[in-house]
Amino acid sequence: MAAPLHKVRSLRGLGGTLVALLILLPVLFGLGHSVMAGFGHLPVLGVKGPSLSPWQTLLAQPGLWRSVILSLWTGMAATVLSLILAFGAIAALQGHAPRLRRVLAPLLAVPHAALAIGLAFVIAPSGWIARLLAPALDWSRPPDVATLGDPWGLALILGLILKETPFLIAILLAASSQIPLRAQMAAARALGYGRAAVWLWLLVPQLVRLIRLPVLVVLAFSVSVVDMALILGPSNPPTLSVTVSRLFTDPDLHAMLPASAGALMQLGLTALAAAILWAAMRLAGWCGRAILRRGARWQGLDRALAAPVAMLALLLVLAGLAAVTLAVWSIAFSWRWPDLWPDRLSLATWQRQSAWLPAAQTALWIALAATAIAMLLAVLWLEGSDRADRPGLQGWMRAAVALPLVLPQLSILIGLSGLLLRADLSPMAAVIWGHVLFVFPYLVIALAGAWAALDPQLTRTAASLGVGPWGRLWRVKLPVLIAPLSLAAALGFAVSIAQYLPTLFLGGGRVATLTTEAVALSSGSDRRVAAVHATLQAGLPWLIYLAALILPAFLHRDRRALKGEPG
Amino acid sequence: MSLDLVGLGIRHPDGNALIDDLNLSVAPGTVTTLTGPSGVGKSTLLNAVGGHLEAGFRLRGRVVLNGRDITDLPAERRDIGVMFQQAVMFPHLSVADNLAFGLSPKLRGRGARKAAVAKALDLAGLAGLGDRDPATLSGGQRARVALMRTMLARPRAVLLDEPFSALDPERRHEIREFVMATIRRSGIPALLVTHDRQDADAAGGPVIALT
Repeated sequence: MAAPLHKVRSLRGLGGTLVALLILLPVLFGLGHSVMAGFGHLPVLGVKGPSLSPWQTLLAQPGLWRSVILSLWTGMAATVLSLILAFGAIAALQGHAPRLRRVLAPLLAVPHAALAIGLAFVIAPSGWIARLLAPALDWSRPPDVATLGDPWGLALILGLILKETPFLIAILLAASSQIPLRAQMAAARALGYGRAAVWLWLLVPQLVRLIRLPVLVVLAFSVSVVDMALILGPSNPPTLSVTVSRLFTDPDLHAMLPASAGALMQLGLTALAAAILWAAMRLAGWCGRAILRRGARWQGLDRALAAPVAMLALLLVLAGLAAVTLAVWSIAFSWRWPDLWPDRLSLATWQRQSAWLPAAQTALWIALAATAIAMLLAVLWLEGSDRADRPGLQGWMRAAVALPLVLPQLSILIGLSGLLLRADLSPMAAVIWGHVLFVFPYLVIALAGAWAALDPQLTRTAASLGVGPWGRLWRVKLPVLIAPLSLAAALGFAVSIAQYLPTLFLGGGRVATLTTEAVALSSGSDRRVAAVHATLQAGLPWLIYLAALILPAFLHRDRRALKGEPG
Repeated sequence: MSLDLVGLGIRHPDGNALIDDLNLSVAPGTVTTLTGPSGVGKSTLLNAVGGHLEAGFRLRGRVVLNGRDITDLPAERRDIGVMFQQAVMFPHLSVADNLAFGLSPKLRGRGARKAAVAKALDLAGLAGLGDRDPATLSGGQRARVALMRTMLARPRAVLLDEPFSALDPERRHEIREFVMATIRRSGIPALLVTHDRQDADAAGGPVIALT
């Protein structure tokens, strides 16, 4: 028995090693590098510190403090509004969870950049909304209103809400199955409380504790987002993240120094936003309990539940319009103001394959490679924790796995790219590795639940039939888990397709994917080419999701026990 | 002043009639007991009276409380308190805040409300335990807190859905006496659903066997 026992042990340690090597070390080294470079120490470029000159250069950027305020304002407003809207929507639509999930699924799969470009086409002064209003308001030309890139960042906030609300609703639906919602609802209504009040006093406080990590992910993303801010955000000055990423992509390598200082500032800003949100929630909880002690029944508040439903419907209409407008622009030949529809359609843009095929192929290969590698690692990791009798996500590993998602991407990547200056890694390999860094956490989080929910009797039975640990994994666990595995793979693929900064920074500008091209083209004059890229960018994840739903259903078409709700 | 069920009939979503033409009047300060085998629809009947019937169930007849027809009102507007089989504690609130949550908004003033909560804790034999996490209470203590919370809302009727069945047998007698005494003292009508003969004896009111 000595040999197999030894093997089992080696896999036990594998999980921790993988997380340390793949996530903790790169993130910590990257941040460490930013600290050094941010304080003027970058020996590769022959600069020795410490000095404060990178900070002085950073602070001398035009409108920097306004950029800082803009980042904080847009990120926090988007997070708080999405959270309120998500809570309102599930409070009003509780009991319609399956239908809600189905309606939101396509939005969850759309990359941020594609959604932002579609939204930009809809709300631009020459977009569909203005064209709809034009006849009534007698506009002979597109109105001179800054609906995009407005100085307050309202368009950016709208774009972020459009993307984050469905995510938070999905998270809340999953979390609300962990509390005895119906029993509490009945008990509180018997005491005279209306539905809305029950949510406000009882369910929201309990659920908020369960969704702290996803809220932090949304906040970190919103405060530091670059691609959406480039497309929808203000430009003079832009948000801090855009300023810093411009410094980083400056052809002068010495701009790396103030960019590193910017990465640290972005990190600090995210921490500040988290602290403000935490304090605000504590304060809200304290006020809430004070009102609760007065016994306020607030039965009339139930009528207000119609508001979030209407808002959600409006967001869905906007998202639908955004998707359609991308497709229409990609086949428009000429589309004059104020026509609602192009007067000539043509496939010319699609036929110029040299314009989009290379980027599509690159994106596809990167996504497939990154998903495959991340999936292999995630399965090894989960299997390793199973064999170590520590199933699921626990302790420091739970925090470590989520680290790339709760720290601003910008801050991690600037340090990592700085490290790679020394390493002799091909741009493509560096980009794939960067994508794995952000796909792996999503896969582990998506699969941990399904892995833990697997009936242990299955593997015990297989073991009693003489099947070894690898046989149990290969012949029992993976086939039974094919539905969650395929959905997780589709999620990983969608996450990879959507990545903007890892491709741009780690590829050193030499790797062009659908996302980098779409973002670059979005500010250009030819909407048709941008629309083709964005359509493909949104379409590829949808196709993969469809395949992920169909494949397990086909493989298990005669297996009733495996037809439950996937995931 | 009574709780009256007039020609009440309930149909299950699958079409089966659970209750058919039930007529019942519960006098104030008394407890009427409903017994019968599992699945006969006892709990469903309480849900219908309290306004907690799930979607799909069909209800005929009227529920009248103190002369007011409440059949079509939502649960929160009926003024009917419920004690469930498993006492529901709100886990994020302290024991005292669980009680304050129930306390009627008609009682105003921070001091007066605090005093009312303290008195309720005292009556439940839990004086000084207001700051405790409800998860640290025993089953019997939870049942008493749930009853006090129900009574603090000043209901005009109470429904008891096998509230003693989850308690261990040694404590059951004591809690039962406490609940029955509290309801009698409050002078409101109560409906009790139970399997247990001793529950019905302690209730002291009419016993109706559903079949």
